[in-house]
Amino acid sequence: MPEKTVKLMQGNEACVEGAIAAGMMFYAGYPITPSTEIAELSAAKLPRIGGKFIQMEDEIASISAIIGASLTGKKSMTATSGPGFSLKQEGIGYAIISEVPCVIVNVQRGGPSTGLPTSPAQGDIMQARWGTHGEHSIITLYPSTVREIYDTTIRAFNLAEKYRTPVILLMDEVIGHMREKIEIPEENQMEIYNRKKPASNPEDYVPYKVKEDNIVPEMANFGEGYRFHVTGLIHSETGFPTNNNKIAAELITRLVNKIEDNADDIVEYEEYKLEDANEIIITYGATARSAKSAIDLLREEGRKIGMFRPITIWPVAQKQIENLAKIVNRVSVIEMNLGQYFLEIDRIAGKYTKVDKYGRVDGELITPEEIISFIKGRRG
Amino acid sequence: MMKQELRLSGSGGQGLILAGIILAEAALYDGKNVVQSQSYGPEARGGASKAEVIISDKIINYPKVDKCDILLSLTQKACEKYINSLRPGGVLILDESVTEKPNREDIKIFSIPILDTAVNQLGKPMVANIVALGSIYELTKVVSKESLEKAVLSRVPRGTEELNKRALSEGFKLIENHKDSVYGEVC
Repeated sequence: MPEKTVKLMQGNEACVEGAIAAGMMFYAGYPITPSTEIAELSAAKLPRIGGKFIQMEDEIASISAIIGASLTGKKSMTATSGPGFSLKQEGIGYAIISEVPCVIVNVQRGGPSTGLPTSPAQGDIMQARWGTHGEHSIITLYPSTVREIYDTTIRAFNLAEKYRTPVILLMDEVIGHMREKIEIPEENQMEIYNRKKPASNPEDYVPYKVKEDNIVPEMANFGEGYRFHVTGLIHSETGFPTNNNKIAAELITRLVNKIEDNADDIVEYEEYKLEDANEIIITYGATARSAKSAIDLLREEGRKIGMFRPITIWPVAQKQIENLAKIVNRVSVIEMNLGQYFLEIDRIAGKYTKVDKYGRVDGELITPEEIISFIKGRRG
Repeated sequence: MMKQELRLSGSGGQGLILAGIILAEAALYDGKNVVQSQSYGPEARGGASKAEVIISDKIINYPKVDKCDILLSLTQKACEKYINSLRPGGVLILDESVTEKPNREDIKIFSIPILDTAVNQLGKPMVANIVALGSIYELTKVVSKESLEKAVLSRVPRGTEELNKRALSEGFKLIENHKDSVYGEVC
């Protein structure tokens, strides 16, 4: 058995530990509640391992800085909350089209605008998916425990590197700020994925050409002799802008498909007491913890209820949800908004079974009792 | 002990969140499952502040405290706000400055000079949270003494260990010396 340390750790702290285990060497950010501890701890830890931390002048500068750092080969991350996440959308789009791996953490709070700074909300589900403009796909992960924040942060970096894309880590204030028992192996046991560097010489390097058997173009580090152009404009394999319609269609389709076609690799989920379930709850993050407590109590009363919890919320676990919808009588989507993920679940499951929703937007975590009374009180 | 839920309440700046963290860490040293959470307003000082700790032999899913078994209130306002969240049979620890005692006969109430002890016995108002932890231990034994001492020493700033050890033992003494300050009895 490998050595393990048992610690009391805060969710935001686990995010930084995970990032460092994944190889983060650069962090740029503009601190904001309830994500501030991620900046504080990155500032404390990165210089000790030869990394860099910069507190930037604003949110757009922060995401721009991590994109630049990533282009030099350093794994990079920024963290924010709703108001900052809105501002970072411009840079997220830039990272998508220029295929620069990076991790953007959003510890959500009540919104819109500055909203409820210290209270939990799950209002950024659709913004994570569609916050930046233009046709695109996105990877978004959503952990539910402090330990899972550690693992999921490592996974966010791995997926960013593997698919050359920004990965969004959505977190709940409840878990970002709470502390719980976490066992972390002394030596990281998880596989660490690093971007593929070009095999060719600098003079033969075609920066946006996808070689056969590769998912994405090989990525050279700036500063190592490979010269290439990076742009937010539609570009050809050379990296230079073009208005060619065929190239535009090919690029956008490739950027979307590299994620959608690999959903089986990207999608991760937990199934809770589904074996004999005839009704299920679909929820994520902190509300999934309330749902587990509710399910345990409802099962004591003989109800065959279980939970499907996506850990990857984008791309959606289409296949898994479809298969469940075919065999259960009802799906309830529970979230701290008024039905954002519900839209997606209803789209997938609605043709096979009843789909209903329960939401809360007052800045308090949904309780197990609320879930129980919702489940018992449903009609039709 | 299956599950114990504690709520530490007062005003911002009284160190209640640190107290919650220390208590949680002590429970962790005891080998328990534990979740510690907090809520506070946007301001750094003043305003209402509370820390919550759940200690359990089982996995803890829902991480918030609704009804608690042990309630600490250092201010009148906090006491009024949270008194109804204390379960029947629960333990309420009040600072002596809370003058209006709640009208509940189904709980045990201990009124002790936590803030005054920190200021006048220890000369540092900021160690009131550690005094409170000493009293919570002495009354409820919710964690072991060794673990609590270890957790206090691992979380307080370097150079303040002796002061905090004294604060802890003043907390123990407050209960030993104020056994007569029990207001209610468990029904």
